Amino acid sequence: MSNIVKNKSKNTKPTHEKIKIGWFTFSCSEDNTMVMLEILNDHWQEWKKIFDFRNVHVLKRKTKFDEFDIAFIEGAIASEEHAKKLRDIRKISKKLVAVGSCAVVGMPAGQRNTFSDKQKDEIGFLLHRFASLPKVLKVSEVVKVDASVPGCPMNPDTFLSVVNGLVEEFKK
Amino acid sequence: MHQIDLDLTLDRISKIEGSASLELRVRGGIVEHVHFKTTEFKRFFTKAMVGKSIIAIPQHLARICGTCSNAHILCSIESCEKAMGIVPTEQTMLLRILTVYGLIIRDHALHLYLFALPDVFNKDAFLDFDENDEQEHQLLHDGFEVKSAGNFLATLVAGRSVHGMYPTIGGFTHFPDQKGIDEAIEKLENIRPAVKRIIKIFKDSQFHFDRKTNFMALLPKNNKYGFGFLEGTIVSNKGEAIEEKNYRDHLEHVVLPYSMASAYKHEDESYMVGALARINLAKNMLHPETIKSIKNVYDIFPSTDIYHNNLAQAIEILHAVDDSIEILSHTKFNPEPIIKKPYKTSVGIGVIEAPRGTLYHKVELGADGVVTGGEIVVPTGQNQINIEEDIYTLVNSLLPKASKDEIADEIEKLIRAYDPCMSCASHFLKVDWDEA
Repeated sequence: MSNIVKNKSKNTKPTHEKIKIGWFTFSCSEDNTMVMLEILNDHWQEWKKIFDFRNVHVLKRKTKFDEFDIAFIEGAIASEEHAKKLRDIRKISKKLVAVGSCAVVGMPAGQRNTFSDKQKDEIGFLLHRFASLPKVLKVSEVVKVDASVPGCPMNPDTFLSVVNGLVEEFKK
Repeated sequence: MHQIDLDLTLDRISKIEGSASLELRVRGGIVEHVHFKTTEFKRFFTKAMVGKSIIAIPQHLARICGTCSNAHILCSIESCEKAMGIVPTEQTMLLRILTVYGLIIRDHALHLYLFALPDVFNKDAFLDFDENDEQEHQLLHDGFEVKSAGNFLATLVAGRSVHGMYPTIGGFTHFPDQKGIDEAIEKLENIRPAVKRIIKIFKDSQFHFDRKTNFMALLPKNNKYGFGFLEGTIVSNKGEAIEEKNYRDHLEHVVLPYSMASAYKHEDESYMVGALARINLAKNMLHPETIKSIKNVYDIFPSTDIYHNNLAQAIEILHAVDDSIEILSHTKFNPEPIIKKPYKTSVGIGVIEAPRGTLYHKVELGADGVVTGGEIVVPTGQNQINIEEDIYTLVNSLLPKASKDEIADEIEKLIRAYDPCMSCASHFLKVDWDEA
């Protein structure tokens, strides 16, 4: 059984030629960004034709934040600002995919959730200074997630399977 | 005299690793402050390592950064082995330097092609390069082929290019087979012309920013394990030589209240680490084949032009290719048992050259094998103040003629030349050098 977790949701066929992609990073090591960039080594010619990398900061400066067919979310949610941004992304995305452990299960980015009271006291001033949430959240605790690619980092084959599945849905 | 007042905020600097922003305030035509901020949220890795078994520490700390994860693994392993009194075998050291080379090729290529090259060609993104243009078509294919070769080497030796599973305290858990070695050699030989092309592009680049600063790098006492990436002495351009175990003596911690990261000075001055520092301080230790191939750029170094960091990275890719081919062609890798030692109360320090510069890991160990403390200093933290001082100078030189957009473009380009890694910079609670 694949470890891909997909929720059933109503698909809306995009009316444009290319599939609009957003890639958003919250609290994490960005290891999934690195894996995605490695996958790009073998798939860049194909993806260049079918994807509009509309908001991918690691690839480009000029980004748009208007609508996405697929929004990939990497990282856990560590502040209210993060949560608001994530909710905004959800509102304008047809599909939202959580990639990597921090997004899917909230760890290891949320390891402070498991700290002892003494440890929490020691880091308290920093959480306060940077307006952090009391508890780091996984993505599904904030918004509805359509598909998940677990792993630290995410497994490339699993990611490709999810991506290809969504591309097929959008082609229909 | 133009009395310009300007407030510039770059919320999210693009085409770098991680999340960073910048605040610039100009009053009366003079830069009042530059705040280069790490906006990654702290994940408290050094706090979380306390209470864990030392065996788990390298993989735990790898999660600080996806880009530099294999560098964190190797540096952590070194600190743990020093704490446990383990001396790695010759073969282990060769596998570790190959792990570094896989990372250097992959990581520098990512920076040069996907992050820096679009600036050179006045494009927003590498994928915007025109496949119908001969040079741009070539570069597109070069970029992904070079990156892919580095990825292959890292995967062959370390198991993965991100969070490699094979390197461990006391050795490796898996060894490359001959089929994989032959394939790696072929891939590395195939990318050599591409690497020479990217060296030429950054040699000919018209971007320059020169400000006298200091450089520091871990340099080898001999050339045994390639250019000092894994061991040696911490050397500065002032001629200082600091033993790895004394590293705390030369780093002065600077608290930045506006940033999630820490910064460092040396003797109250900023300094730079990374490829430019390494090539400036030890270009004579590059692989002989590399030196032969870069005759027309060799004399550019030492340089204080920050944009030569791009050129230095391109040269390091070639060195990594040449030294990897030599090691892989002349070594028969055999399975070796993991070296184990009884635990003891001790402190271990690891220092390596990560792609972006000198990386320090310290681990404090109890007699039960449980970690009682740790500290980490990353390259971007060391470059932080140098970056801010460069931006001061840059913006003052651009005023009053440049527009706000032009200033923003130039600042982003300059920051990008440093190849900062913000995930690394935001990992820990703090390092209280002053309280030690």
